[in-house]
Amino acid sequence: MKTTLILSTALAGFGLSAAAQEVNVVSWGGAYERSQVEAYNKPFEEKTGIKVNMIAADNPSTPLKAQVEANNVTGDVFDIEVSDAIRLCDEGALVEIDPADLPPAPDGTPAVEDFIDGALQDCAVANIYWGTVIAYDTTKFEGDAPSTAADFFDLEAFPGQRGLPKTPKRTLYLALIADGVPADEIYDALETEEGVNRAFDKLDTIKDSVVWWEAGAQPVQLLADGEVSMATGYNGRFFDAMVAEGKPFEIIWDGQYMDLDMFAIPKGSPNPEAAMDYLKFATSTEQLAEQAKYIAYGPARKSSAALVGLYQDGETEMGPHMPTNPEYLETAVFDDPEFWADHDAELTERFNSWLAGS
Amino acid sequence: MAHASDPQAATSAAAAPDGPLTTADGKPLAWSLARSQARARRRAFFLVLPLLAFILITFVVPIGQMLQRSFYNDGFSANMPEISQWFAENPRGTEPNDAAWTALANDLLASAEERSIGVVGTRINYDVPGTRSLFTSTGRKVRRGIEPPYREALLEMDEDWADPQLWGAMRDASRPVTSNFYLAAVDRTRAEDGSIEQVEPRQRIYVMLFMRTFWLSALITFLTFALGFPIAHLLATLPMRKSNLLMILVLLPFWTSLLVRTTSWMVLLQQQGVINDILVWMGVIGGSQRLQMIYNQAGTIIAMTHILLPFMILPLYSVMRTINPSYVRAARSLGATSWTAFRRIYFPQTLPGLGAGALLVFILAVGYYITPALVGGASGQLISNLIAQHMTDTLNWSMAAALAALLLGSVLILYWLYDRLVGVDNLKLG
Repeated sequence: MKTTLILSTALAGFGLSAAAQEVNVVSWGGAYERSQVEAYNKPFEEKTGIKVNMIAADNPSTPLKAQVEANNVTGDVFDIEVSDAIRLCDEGALVEIDPADLPPAPDGTPAVEDFIDGALQDCAVANIYWGTVIAYDTTKFEGDAPSTAADFFDLEAFPGQRGLPKTPKRTLYLALIADGVPADEIYDALETEEGVNRAFDKLDTIKDSVVWWEAGAQPVQLLADGEVSMATGYNGRFFDAMVAEGKPFEIIWDGQYMDLDMFAIPKGSPNPEAAMDYLKFATSTEQLAEQAKYIAYGPARKSSAALVGLYQDGETEMGPHMPTNPEYLETAVFDDPEFWADHDAELTERFNSWLAGS
Repeated sequence: MAHASDPQAATSAAAAPDGPLTTADGKPLAWSLARSQARARRRAFFLVLPLLAFILITFVVPIGQMLQRSFYNDGFSANMPEISQWFAENPRGTEPNDAAWTALANDLLASAEERSIGVVGTRINYDVPGTRSLFTSTGRKVRRGIEPPYREALLEMDEDWADPQLWGAMRDASRPVTSNFYLAAVDRTRAEDGSIEQVEPRQRIYVMLFMRTFWLSALITFLTFALGFPIAHLLATLPMRKSNLLMILVLLPFWTSLLVRTTSWMVLLQQQGVINDILVWMGVIGGSQRLQMIYNQAGTIIAMTHILLPFMILPLYSVMRTINPSYVRAARSLGATSWTAFRRIYFPQTLPGLGAGALLVFILAVGYYITPALVGGASGQLISNLIAQHMTDTLNWSMAAALAALLLGSVLILYWLYDRLVGVDNLKLG
């Protein structure tokens, strides 16, 4: 990627034309990046003539922080999680974005009213809502199939190993849901000592049967290998395995964890104007709806939902696979970036210590 | 050089009556020699200069900068100058007075307007969990306006501002140089009065992980030795044609990507994997008793032993090749049993290779990251996995730097010990 960067800058320097602009977008790779290339980059290049370079990172907030700290910013637009967007904005690493500059919905509704709650932050604009959900292998269970978060912790009725992410953020809440805490009281519980203890006690009940994963591709692989019978993972990845690859998986829409991914522009980016153009273009109603054609992540605009139709295979209805489906949202837990900014370090240490203990 | 007052020197210098030896053009020999040597040294230095510059720019400087973060964090002091000044003027134990509250309010306002309040909050949050949002939310409120008396105004915004632990943490952070990250890296923390105490048992993790890292690395080093020694011996003694074939078997995995080899172990070892399948098929274990060989410590040990094996075999092999077989034959002919001949004649001669291999394997193992992350599960994690987590997830680079510095320090100590016990000049890498 760096070579392409150097090459393209060199070519631009040879005086092709002053208008040969470009913008460097850092995203997450995989099917998600492909959906962005199809839905945002290609139409953007066609419309403006600005070349888009897509760069993949494990978590784009890491290179963003590194580039800003080193005073050597090479990326223009970064796709980051909402908690990182708020954190980096508070640290003065990002350009502030005025919602009034964003394009309105086709019916004229201003952007401020069109985006769902939390999708517009001081320095970042969301493009998708995604969920961490439970999926299971339908061939593993005879008779009753699991249907709730509590079933995930029920090793007797539903035997087999479990796949869980190695982070407190997406495990503690699930334990509490399974233990009977309502979705809207999760963070109140986690604020208290007893609540955290309760979550760890519940996790204790399955600790010996858990395979811990770190990368988003792993839970899908673990399920496909038959190594686990149930796993939590990103709904878009499971969708891809189920619909595109025909794997016998099923998603349990109970106790899903909702996260936003946002576009942000770092201070000192090399092409700030093109970056802003790209951001506005990508978060417009049509483009967000277009992305839903390639991956099962919910668009961050209300006006896009109506435009979401079929998957790129032309037959799968996307609606029932979207984490933003109103039916699923009843039991969903929404990410609370403030809570995690405050407690991430503490809970991560306790989680690691709990993991290491036998 | 001989001294002029030395009687013997006087006789030998008799041929050259005006003092020291000279070259044909009349310059002193020693001076001339030193000059030509200096020129040669300069030339050699210029030849290695590119490498030196490369190492300095890409290795020493960035690592130094990174390590600097472990004890230098000006997140608070640079953005909160007035209150830092107040801390410097008033010793620990002073109750915050009006001047302190005014300084705090002024700093919060300035920091909130410059959008650096997040940095300040993050810095304090490392020491007092749960306080980051106190800074950012107060910052937002202060921007809307704040009137004196500041103490009452701030306490009205959030009563947590009265917390003495918070003030203690702010005092600690008011100087950019801090030992707090090193303390945290050995499961210690600073109490309100400044004394050092252990963290709660359920938050303790790093000391245990350091111990585990060293213990597992030592075990893996021993395993590579036990498995690699006979192979290296076989390689060194077989006729060339056969040993070349064997060598390729050692080198092929060595050239294969680390990730590929780790993933292959996942395919082999997992519960629905090849080895378990074979065991079930042969009837050794029942279908429901499949062995858990991966996603735990066993997985880390097996995969890392395999991956690091060539680093033990190659130095051993290169040393064994040079051992003259007639020594062992001589020992045998003098009546030694084959065990004694091995123990007293052959094995001591392999020590330079063994030392090099053990040092290589151990130091590589101590810093290993990808393999434990993929196959280690919960109980097979090493300290580098936590360093990576602080680098990429919690973005606490100071903590990552402190842990890395401790790791680097302990490796250097081990190297020094090795030098004292075995001698580094005995090391033979090939």
